[in-house]
Amino acid sequence: MNKTEVINLQDKSRHIRRLIINEIGKLGVGHVGGSLSIVEALVVLYYKQMNINPANPKMEGRDRFILSKGHAGPALYAVLADRGYFDVSELDTLNIPETNLPSHCDMLKTPGIDMTAGSLGQGISCAVGIAKASKIKRDNAYIYTMVGDGECQEGQVWEAAMAAAQFKLNNLIGFVDNNGLQIDGTTEEIICLGPLADKWSSFGWSVQCIDGHDVEAIDNAILEAKKVQDKPSMIILNTVKGKGVPFIEAMGSANHSMPVSEEDRVRALAELK
Amino acid sequence: MYENKEMRQVFGSVIEEMMGKDERIVVIDVDLAKANGTMKLREKFPERAFDVGIAESNAASIAAGMASYGFIPFVTTFTPFATRRMCDQIAISVTYAERNVKIVGTDPGISAELNGGTHMSMEDIGVLRSIPNMVIFEAVDNVQLAQALPQIVDYDGVVYIRMFRKTTPAVFGDDYKFDLFKADVVREGKDVTLFASGIMVAESIIAADLLKTEGIDAEIINIHTIKPIDRDAVIKSASKTGAVVTCENHNVIGGLKSAVAEVLVEECPVPMKAIGIQDHFGEVAKIDYLKKKYHMTAADIVAAAKEVISKKK
Repeated sequence: MNKTEVINLQDKSRHIRRLIINEIGKLGVGHVGGSLSIVEALVVLYYKQMNINPANPKMEGRDRFILSKGHAGPALYAVLADRGYFDVSELDTLNIPETNLPSHCDMLKTPGIDMTAGSLGQGISCAVGIAKASKIKRDNAYIYTMVGDGECQEGQVWEAAMAAAQFKLNNLIGFVDNNGLQIDGTTEEIICLGPLADKWSSFGWSVQCIDGHDVEAIDNAILEAKKVQDKPSMIILNTVKGKGVPFIEAMGSANHSMPVSEEDRVRALAELK
Repeated sequence: MYENKEMRQVFGSVIEEMMGKDERIVVIDVDLAKANGTMKLREKFPERAFDVGIAESNAASIAAGMASYGFIPFVTTFTPFATRRMCDQIAISVTYAERNVKIVGTDPGISAELNGGTHMSMEDIGVLRSIPNMVIFEAVDNVQLAQALPQIVDYDGVVYIRMFRKTTPAVFGDDYKFDLFKADVVREGKDVTLFASGIMVAESIIAADLLKTEGIDAEIINIHTIKPIDRDAVIKSASKTGAVVTCENHNVIGGLKSAVAEVLVEECPVPMKAIGIQDHFGEVAKIDYLKKKYHMTAADIVAAAKEVISKKK
């Protein structure tokens, strides 16, 4: 990636964060922390790596992204809107009755959402099914998925991990949003994930650990993952929950789902500059 | 053509035939392919028939993912695992997301026999019936199962198939015409209706024969699809006979009795009695022993029929 591309993706990340703050801020409450922590990964996927067509969200053979940590829907909605799947003004409808943008991702409601998620642990299993289906169809699509680090406490994540390795799904590229926080505290004090990279590796995945806010590192990691021949890839993104807004970052686990007053919204936008 | 065959053999051969014609059909096993008659599919369809190991919740979500790609997955296991262990995945990955997945549960209720109480699902229909939009079908015999499977593939939606695995008495003949959403009148009668499902249909036929010797004319309706229940058939028969016995191999809470009662209490309340598992767990024993112990025999149906008839106004 050249310097201009890096700067463009960094600018895009800032813009997406502004959209997220406005989207949740206008509603007054939402999953802020885990939305802000995944922005760079989404930006690299949707503006650089994925073979998609916003004018034809169900294009056959497209690459797919399954947000297993479905509560970060507001981040993905901001990206999809900015990318042209629907009008940016629709972000103002987040979680209001009859919206197409519910708190957790719903493939039946939102153009560009490839799988419904919300009950943690299920999205990555669905992604395994999708990657297996793509292999049978031989359409050469890449299937991306993202789990939370807290989500890795769900047993189903590891059932999915074993199946993906068994099926040699090298078209499956996962991310862990390793922000170290969950609702009740740090992952370390709740149920420690231990050596997470070793865990994924021992489950038969090719693993990379990178700075989850470095667009160039993310892009390079995806390119590396695409070279892997006979196993799925996991990219562990070391991230900061609430990234980009210092007062939200400082809240720690309290920023998972938080009230956002008009004053907070304005302050957050100012701090984002 | 299905005489003396086990139900799982029929399931396996009908699925094999359909997979040959329809490339969308996938069979996902959870280390019970040998038990469920689906093992041989892997030789012919190595990509579309596979095992995900002992990981039922993963199987259900993988199926949902494959359905997103246009496949029609059948996830096969025993009934307790098809429901208790997959419940949230069936609810969210599959049904909430409207994925076209078929869940197959074998060894329902007391038919788990020597696997005992841990493997006896008394609650599977009740659990799944309260998940919106699920279709719940329980097969009676080989002829019905063989006709049901293609219709289930043609139906675009989630279906739970509850079936016995082994040899079961033939109820339907070669002239049988199955409709997934229409109950079957197995025998017409005027004094009492026996609404029966699964292995209890054969038992209710024996009961009807016994009742006949006492001059009681019992109607037998097979409710093979417990959800959505054929309301018209339930109302029509109950209105005619004015007395109802439900016969099921499931807890009397949440299953066939509940489904029938929900219709009748709104449309035509009549005296009613339920034969089935009376809200307790199972245990190791052969079916015949458990039928006797749990009061699920033809004689129990006869007694229940007389009781509801005596309560008619």
